[in-house]
Amino acid sequence: MSKFDSKVPAGALADKWTQYKSEVPLVSPNNKRKLDVIIVGTGLAGASAAATLAELGYNVKAFCFQDSPRRAHSIAAQGGINAAKNYQNDGDSNYRLFYDTIKGGDYRSRESNVHRLAEVSASIIDQCVAQGVPFARDYGGLLTNRSFGGVLVSRTFYARGQTGQQLLIGAYSALSRQIASGRVKMYNRHEMLDVVKINGEAKGIITRNLINGKIERHGGHAVLLCTGGYGNVFFLSTNAMGSNVTAAWKAYKKGAYFANPCFTQIHPTCIPVSGHNQSKLTLMSESLRNDGRVWVPKRKEDCGKHPSEIAEEDRDYYLERIYPSFGNLVPRDVASRAALYVTNEGRGVGKTGVAVYLDFSRAIKEQGKNRIEEKYGNLFEMYQRITDENPYEVPMRIFPAVHYTMGGLWVDYELSTSVPGLYALGEANFSDHGANRLGASALMQGLADGYFVIPYTVGNYLSKKISDPKVDINHAAFDEAENAVRASLDKLININGSRTVDDFHKKLGKIMWEKVGMSRNGEGLRWAISEIQKLRKEFWEDVRVPGTKDSKNQELEKAGRVADFLELGELMARDALAREESAGGHFREEYRTEEGEAKRNDEDFTHVAAWEYTGDNQEPIRNVEELVFENVELKTRSYK
Amino acid sequence: MKLTLNIWRQASTNASGSMQAYKLDGVDEDMSFLEMMDMLNEQIIRDGGEPVEFDHDCREGICGMCSLYINGQPHGPSNLTTTCQLHMRSFQDGDTIDIEPWRASAFPVVKDLVVDRSAFDRIIQAGGYISVNTGNAVDANAVPVEKKTADEAFDAAACIGCGACVAACKNASAALFVSAKVSHLALLPQGDAERKSRVLKMLDQMDEEGFGSCTNTGACEAECPKGISITNIARMNREYMSASIFGEK
Repeated sequence: MSKFDSKVPAGALADKWTQYKSEVPLVSPNNKRKLDVIIVGTGLAGASAAATLAELGYNVKAFCFQDSPRRAHSIAAQGGINAAKNYQNDGDSNYRLFYDTIKGGDYRSRESNVHRLAEVSASIIDQCVAQGVPFARDYGGLLTNRSFGGVLVSRTFYARGQTGQQLLIGAYSALSRQIASGRVKMYNRHEMLDVVKINGEAKGIITRNLINGKIERHGGHAVLLCTGGYGNVFFLSTNAMGSNVTAAWKAYKKGAYFANPCFTQIHPTCIPVSGHNQSKLTLMSESLRNDGRVWVPKRKEDCGKHPSEIAEEDRDYYLERIYPSFGNLVPRDVASRAALYVTNEGRGVGKTGVAVYLDFSRAIKEQGKNRIEEKYGNLFEMYQRITDENPYEVPMRIFPAVHYTMGGLWVDYELSTSVPGLYALGEANFSDHGANRLGASALMQGLADGYFVIPYTVGNYLSKKISDPKVDINHAAFDEAENAVRASLDKLININGSRTVDDFHKKLGKIMWEKVGMSRNGEGLRWAISEIQKLRKEFWEDVRVPGTKDSKNQELEKAGRVADFLELGELMARDALAREESAGGHFREEYRTEEGEAKRNDEDFTHVAAWEYTGDNQEPIRNVEELVFENVELKTRSYK
Repeated sequence: MKLTLNIWRQASTNASGSMQAYKLDGVDEDMSFLEMMDMLNEQIIRDGGEPVEFDHDCREGICGMCSLYINGQPHGPSNLTTTCQLHMRSFQDGDTIDIEPWRASAFPVVKDLVVDRSAFDRIIQAGGYISVNTGNAVDANAVPVEKKTADEAFDAAACIGCGACVAACKNASAALFVSAKVSHLALLPQGDAERKSRVLKMLDQMDEEGFGSCTNTGACEAECPKGISITNIARMNREYMSASIFGEK
């Protein structure tokens, strides 16, 4: 389709990136000094991009809504980061990592982007070690690896169960060094509330200072959104409380396409919901599935019993039974749906009946408690703190929860959105994980985009801007954007209705989880669309936002985010309805094999759906980027 | 559970604040402390008031954003636990709970229970990094690191920068926070080149921010939700002495 130019370079798959890098125009050091780059979000993608672009000499302004860039939610990633180092000599290679990612994504991602990801993966590990990231090592002092769901090699590097934290601290320290050097101006506790476009190109942002409510204008020659995923549309998710879609959503409303919003990942190993006041769900790394065995009782009658009273022969290790070759290490979507089915059959465990066991007794017997503690100690502690149960003695109870969103802003090979000058990195873009992300690949993608991809690709755009003057923040486009932001904040404050923001958010979350969650169907999706529209209307008539807009006001921050979720939720349902197939994290009950597994429709849906905004309460346009597979053969994913 | 909550309310940094009492009924023991605070805020909003501002984000004990001085203890009564991971089963029906912000002049109150911890960022900016530009790195396995050393570096690097150590200290010293970063980087061969200048610069910045001195009471270690050991402070002092004598200072 002519509307799309994904700008994939010509040439053999393995040569594209090398070729691109050798041909891309460069910006001279004295010109870099004249160019301003705005970076929103300081997670792995944002912090690594900010540090690297500043090292190159650009003027960077970085923004985060937290009190420090070190808090971004990348910090909560536990399990690890993939890289095709092949230190284990177990047959790994760039091609294998590429292939596993494409296959794991159920053939709904772009070959060229994914191969590039695999190519730069090894450099990420080198960079992080040089920064002082304390990855796990063996007794010889060399780096060690673990394996993760959906793959047959050990390529995951880890720092106990806190890999995301250590990688983020690495990127944060690199960023801090650049803040000290003056090349990065850091804005903590600032939230981006709009993108400013001049003559069709992104030239700046409008932000709100969250401490004093001041609305500010920031101009730049390019704007990078590194603002993470939108899992909080479900209210309950493993995302941080502040994680939101607002930056990406404002970009969508300014003309950036939103791709595959229905591709959400449900993570199989989370601590189950315990009560109606719950504010978030806690994930435990799926690395636990390396040693933990998932089971439920064979008979419903046994579900109320203490697990120790259920004999070995009365237990159904259903993943090992259904998927003998991958067993407990099947990919996330498969493991999650299997848990949903067994609980739907009435074989769920725990107080609520909405959980399955993850049992370490065999691993403890075979490897010893110390070895298990060494591998998972902090996860076991966390579980015990939350549930008050000791997982060394009683099997953990787990259940799937919303965790990651593969969909996001549509980007081309250069990570540019459909608005020139506006880029999206990390989870905020849609690019590398297709319909399902493999474990330990999110950290890899965030850092790949920030350290190794964007420094080249944004240079291509900026090389054409070297004679452009500083962006004039008094331009009419800034007036217009700022006025719109102010009007929207006033509107929220002035409704003065009777229901709290959380009340609306919880209702939205319930609709999304039940009808746009792990298992979807046409009827439910149509119902969800109309319910979300109703709820949105009620929100704008009856929400209560106390306080003023000119001071610190957490309710106002939440209200703005929930207002955007109320629009996004509808788009997700529309996307799920239009995608008449099951692929990865998107499971449509109408499209399944006789065995109940996901059934893709490659003929009609081997494409990216890129949604185009047409106005408030108007139907958006579904554009299509065909995916061309020249290097892998599309196969039905089988983990049996 | 029925609770009485005495909470510090302060409209802004320069406003004066005071403790205010709130009654909250129907609290469940499986709720986290912050979910209890959410419930209180919903009640306040419904009653026409302004909710209590507090910092929080990941709610799984790793981002370091939550704080709260609960009944005189940073992060409350449970050991090795951040406020977001503290559960109401640690309290009894009928309890009165005092909830205050971190108290330290280097952490001014922003509003209610929210404080400004940017002093920590500035200490890291002063030298809490290894100067390696993207692309400069050698192969990750080129320099082996003894497992014990790597593990020790990790233990120090586990700091979440929440500031409980400062809040716990009678002098509001940031020694535990700073020493955790100094140790993390001093232990690793990659951090060796800047070892001397780093400790000097970080400690200078720490003093400039107005944190108090360390008198080795160990309160920081006792309250640290990540169990960062005060042996790091001893290491930092050694590093500082050595850098002062043999370094560029």
